[in-house]
Amino acid sequence: MKKTIITVIGKDTVGIIAKVCTYLAKNRINILDISQTIVQEYFNMMMIVDMNESAKPFADVTNELSQIGEEIGVKIRCQREEIFHQMHRI
Amino acid sequence: MINFYEVNETNQMIENENLDVRTITLGISLLDCSDRDLKMCCSKIYQKITSVARDLVQTGQSIELEYGIPIVHKRISVTPIALVGAACCQKPEDYVEIAKTLDDAAKAVGVNFIGGFSAIVSKGMTTQDRFLIEAIPEALAGTERVCSSVNVGSTKTGIDMDAVRLLGEVVLKTAERTKEQDSLGCAKLVVFCNAPDDNPFMAGAFHGVSEQDAVINVGVSGPGVVKHALEQVRGADFETLCETIKKTAFKITRVGQLVAQEASRRLQIPFGIIDLSLAPTPAVGDSVADILKEIGLEYAGAPGTTAALALLNDQVKKGGVMASSYVGGLSGAFIPVSEDQGMIDAVMANALTLEKLEAMTCVCSVGLDMIAIPGDTSASTISGIIADEMAIGMVNQKTTAVRVIPVIGKGVGDVVEFGGLLGYAPVMAVNPYSCASFIERNGRIPAPIHSFKN
Repeated sequence: MKKTIITVIGKDTVGIIAKVCTYLAKNRINILDISQTIVQEYFNMMMIVDMNESAKPFADVTNELSQIGEEIGVKIRCQREEIFHQMHRI
Repeated sequence: MINFYEVNETNQMIENENLDVRTITLGISLLDCSDRDLKMCCSKIYQKITSVARDLVQTGQSIELEYGIPIVHKRISVTPIALVGAACCQKPEDYVEIAKTLDDAAKAVGVNFIGGFSAIVSKGMTTQDRFLIEAIPEALAGTERVCSSVNVGSTKTGIDMDAVRLLGEVVLKTAERTKEQDSLGCAKLVVFCNAPDDNPFMAGAFHGVSEQDAVINVGVSGPGVVKHALEQVRGADFETLCETIKKTAFKITRVGQLVAQEASRRLQIPFGIIDLSLAPTPAVGDSVADILKEIGLEYAGAPGTTAALALLNDQVKKGGVMASSYVGGLSGAFIPVSEDQGMIDAVMANALTLEKLEAMTCVCSVGLDMIAIPGDTSASTISGIIADEMAIGMVNQKTTAVRVIPVIGKGVGDVVEFGGLLGYAPVMAVNPYSCASFIERNGRIPAPIHSFKN
C-alpha cells in the first residue's frame, strides 16, 4: 500500500482539521494516523493517509488541498511517503 | 513509522535550505544516427532525441509534484558529436548544422540544455575532431541550448597540447561571437581532463561511448542544507564536523536516489548513476563558499581554504556513497565563481584570486568554473590556464575542467551579468606574463609515471 503524508502548518484557527478531514472523506482518502501539536500558536499537523480508494489523480488532490490551505491561511503539503523513508531510514 | 520530526526536517530542507534535485539528465546514444549524408544524419538525430526524450520533462514534473521536491533541470546528454558526425562532416560548418539540429530537438522536448557537442581528443585529434572544435564558436553563438565540451587530456594518455592551443583560440572566438551577451557562449563550453562518461551536469555532460542506449543520471545538490547542519555544531571538533557533513550528504543523496529510481521506472530507461555534487546557485543560502565560511574561514580564499575544501569534498563523498550503490559523474563540491554568492563576495573582497582557485581545484570535484577574465586576455594565456588545470587532473588522476569567460570589452573590476542560474561575476585578474612560446610547441605532454609517488 502506498502511503501519503499530508502536513498542515500555519496559524491556529477554528476548523482546520474539520476542513481537511471533510475533503479527505469526500474523496475516499482513508486516514491511518494523525499527530498534531500547537507550538507558539502555530498549528502543526501530520497525517498518514491511504489514497488507494480515491479516484482522483494525485496532482489534483495536491492542488485542491493546497487551495483549501490558502483559504484557511495554512500551508498544506501532500507528499508520497517514500521521500521521508529514503532520507531517514537505512 | 515516519515521525513528525523527520517529516518536518525534510520539508524544512526543501523550503528553507534550498534542497533540490539539480538535474535529471537523460543520456542518449546517437551512435546509430551516423550516416554518410549530413541531412539524413541530422534527421536521424532529431527523430531519436524527440522519441526517446518525449516524456522526460513531464515525468520530471510529476515526480516533483508527488514527492514535493523541486527538480530544477531536466536535460539531455548525447554521444560526443565528433563521432556521430564523422562520416558526413567534411568541414566545420557541417558540424554547425548538427548543433542546430540538437538545439531544435532540445526545444521540441522542452529541455533547457543539451550536452554533447563534444570531442574526446586526449591523445590526438582526428580531422573530424578538429572540424568540430573549430565549429564550436559558431555552434554556440548560433544555438541557444547546446553545450559543448572537449576532453584534451587524461592520466593514461597525457595532454594533447595541439588541442589545448586550438581551444585557447576557440574560447576567445566564442567570446567574440557572443560579445553582445557578455560573451555568454563561453559559459556553455568546458575543457576537460579525465572527463567522466556519465556526468549529468552541464555544460560538460555528454553520453560516453562506454554507456548503453539510454540512461538516467541524476545530479543532487544542497549546499544550503550542509551549511545549516554545520551551524548547529559551531566550534565542535573535526570529528563532529565530518560526521555532520557525512550524515547530511547521505540524506541529500538518498533523495536523489529515489528520484532517479522513479524516473527510471516511469520512463522505462535504466538508471545509471547519482552524481553527489554540492552544486551552488546564486540564491542566498545556496553557496559552497558559505560552507567554507561556516567551517571557520573569514572568506573563501583565506589561508586554510584548500584544507577545508578537501575535508568537505571527502566527507560529501563518504556520506554519499553509502546512500547510493551507483555513484558517478563528478561527485564532489563545485566551486564556480559566478554561480555562488559567497565566491562572488570573496572575489569582491580581494580574498580570492585565480591562483588560489587553481589550488582549490586540486581537491574539489572539477576545476576553474564560471570565471570571468578580461576580454583582452590572449589566446595563448587562455591555453596556458587550460594546460595548468589539465596537468593537475592528469597527475592527480582526477577530473579537472576549465570554463573561463573572457568578457569582450570588459576589464578587471567590471561586473558581468549572465542571468538566471549562471549568476554574475566580477572580472578577475590574470597573470600578465606570457606563456606563448610554451603553447606554440607542437605535440603532446606524455602521460605521467604511475610509480614513485611523492
